[in-house]
Amino acid sequence: MKIWSATIFLACLPAISFAQAPPSATSEVETLKVQGNVYLITGAGGNIAVQVGGQGVLVVDTGLAAMSDKVVAAIRKLSDKPIQYVINTHVHADHTGGNDAVRKAGLTYVGANVTGNLTDAGVGAQVYAQNNVLKRMSAPTGVQASVPFGSWPTETFLSGRKQLFFNGEPVEIIHQPAAHTDGDSLVVFRRSDVVVTGDIFVTTGYPFIDLERGGSIQGEIDALNNIMEIAVPGLQDEGGTYIVPGHGHICDQPDLLEYRDMVTIIRDRVQAAIKKGMTLEQVKAAGLTKDYDGRYSAKSGFGTGEMFVEAIYRGLAPKK
Amino acid sequence: MKTRMAGVILLAPLACALAQGPGGYNPVGPGVDLAGNWGPVFHEDAHERGPGPELVNYLGLPITDGARMYGLAWDASRFTIPEHQCEVHIVSYIYRGPYNLRIWEDRDPVSQKLIAIKQYIDNYQQTRTIWMDGRPHPSEAAPHTWMGFSTGKWDGNILTVFTTHLKWGWIRRNGLRHTDQATLTEHFIRHGDHLTHVSILTDPATLTEPLIKSQDLLLRLQNGQTWLYPCEPVVEIERPRGTVPHFLPGENPFLHEFADLYKIPVEAALGGAATSYPEYQAQLKKAGAK
Repeated sequence: MKIWSATIFLACLPAISFAQAPPSATSEVETLKVQGNVYLITGAGGNIAVQVGGQGVLVVDTGLAAMSDKVVAAIRKLSDKPIQYVINTHVHADHTGGNDAVRKAGLTYVGANVTGNLTDAGVGAQVYAQNNVLKRMSAPTGVQASVPFGSWPTETFLSGRKQLFFNGEPVEIIHQPAAHTDGDSLVVFRRSDVVVTGDIFVTTGYPFIDLERGGSIQGEIDALNNIMEIAVPGLQDEGGTYIVPGHGHICDQPDLLEYRDMVTIIRDRVQAAIKKGMTLEQVKAAGLTKDYDGRYSAKSGFGTGEMFVEAIYRGLAPKK
Repeated sequence: MKTRMAGVILLAPLACALAQGPGGYNPVGPGVDLAGNWGPVFHEDAHERGPGPELVNYLGLPITDGARMYGLAWDASRFTIPEHQCEVHIVSYIYRGPYNLRIWEDRDPVSQKLIAIKQYIDNYQQTRTIWMDGRPHPSEAAPHTWMGFSTGKWDGNILTVFTTHLKWGWIRRNGLRHTDQATLTEHFIRHGDHLTHVSILTDPATLTEPLIKSQDLLLRLQNGQTWLYPCEPVVEIERPRGTVPHFLPGENPFLHEFADLYKIPVEAALGGAATSYPEYQAQLKKAGAK
């Protein structure tokens, strides 16, 4: 029975909207302008960023599958131009669940020689993601994939960064190895001056280090420091580069700074406890997140301070 | 005689209207005029508001255990990190410091209805807008700022302001912070050339009770000159990337410093709601007698 529970829990992880109750089909999505060409759609699971312009629409993450009709409707209110690109920041279903529906609502412009041979080549938008996202969604022939084919990325990159120039601005997709998962990407809109972080950074809870999917505390901290370096605060330490977190409100660098400090401090505490030879149970009982629990911890279950500490401990403790 | 009487009756409303103001019609609206340049008076808490509070002096603050742990982990060396150097004093704290405050009204040019009361605080060069036109507060997904999003209303002659969308910021600038979920209620009370500002901060994550503070300001006759606050961060100490100075639990070297200086128990220095009430003095004396 315990094994079954654990298996069900792990299988459901991609669908968990971290530290937030998943929205129901009756929930409403909300659209806010971030700045420049970039908008935020909230309320559909993970945050969704939409860049609009003369060429068309680019969408970063697609929310939960159950909310995809509302997401497409919200995108259509922003622009009637074709959705040409979808970018996934990582694999979890609260960020990729709407891939199929949003992709189908768009199109890919292809040359005549291609459409002549492949009649469906222009059907649907292109879906970009780091290669590990595709690996975790798909499966070898004959094996049941975790996610239906229609939601898979159609274009992947291995490491470093993928660059696009769309709607008059450079768009960079920058891989962050082994952070929240092993397939995380930041999406940077360079003219609009907006960074979309996926669940590397959330304002609604502690970061979820998905060890089962290649996440790690050091990769998480490295990624947070990378975002710190990309973001430039505006006059009097406010605004400037805006940051769209995976969940929660629109942020700037000072907001991220507080979060980066928190994750680093708790990592240092767990590291010190490990050096003292403390066991996982002792570390969990030591209250090492008490100063941040009031703001970031779930009351119970998924997203507690204890769970965060455990993920750090398991990542840092010497393997036996 | 009849004609004269009729003339007086007809002219009376005009005379009354003129008496109300040079514009001919100047209806009495709610509130008072707060416009002008104001400067703080440091007759209260001067030591804390000027040079700054001592380390591990949380006395009189209704902080949670979590907030206390945050404070004890805080190392002033964090200010050597460039990203922390230009951090603005949050609206719930900024009125404690030395500053010049300019207040003016923003009125609709056509209807002359009051849209907003604006403030410029030269410390950290902050412009604050208090919306008076009844607009709602924005979605929680909107950005949080140092001055937050404020709406105001007149309670008689008292301007009452409610603020949301705050960033993390100081409760006391020795390491105690409130979170970005805090809300602030303020009262601006004018008595002639004297302005009293009362603030009530609420944040369940860091405060067990609302934190109520007051400070006074005097109207200044001189005009504001170069009320600027340019800030440019610099690397003061070379450190490995991502280093965050802090004290591990139980290792704050300043734990006893303030308590020993003023010969009070450390428990008192560590604050909490009980230490903000007069009865606590008796409790301390009792403990000292044992």
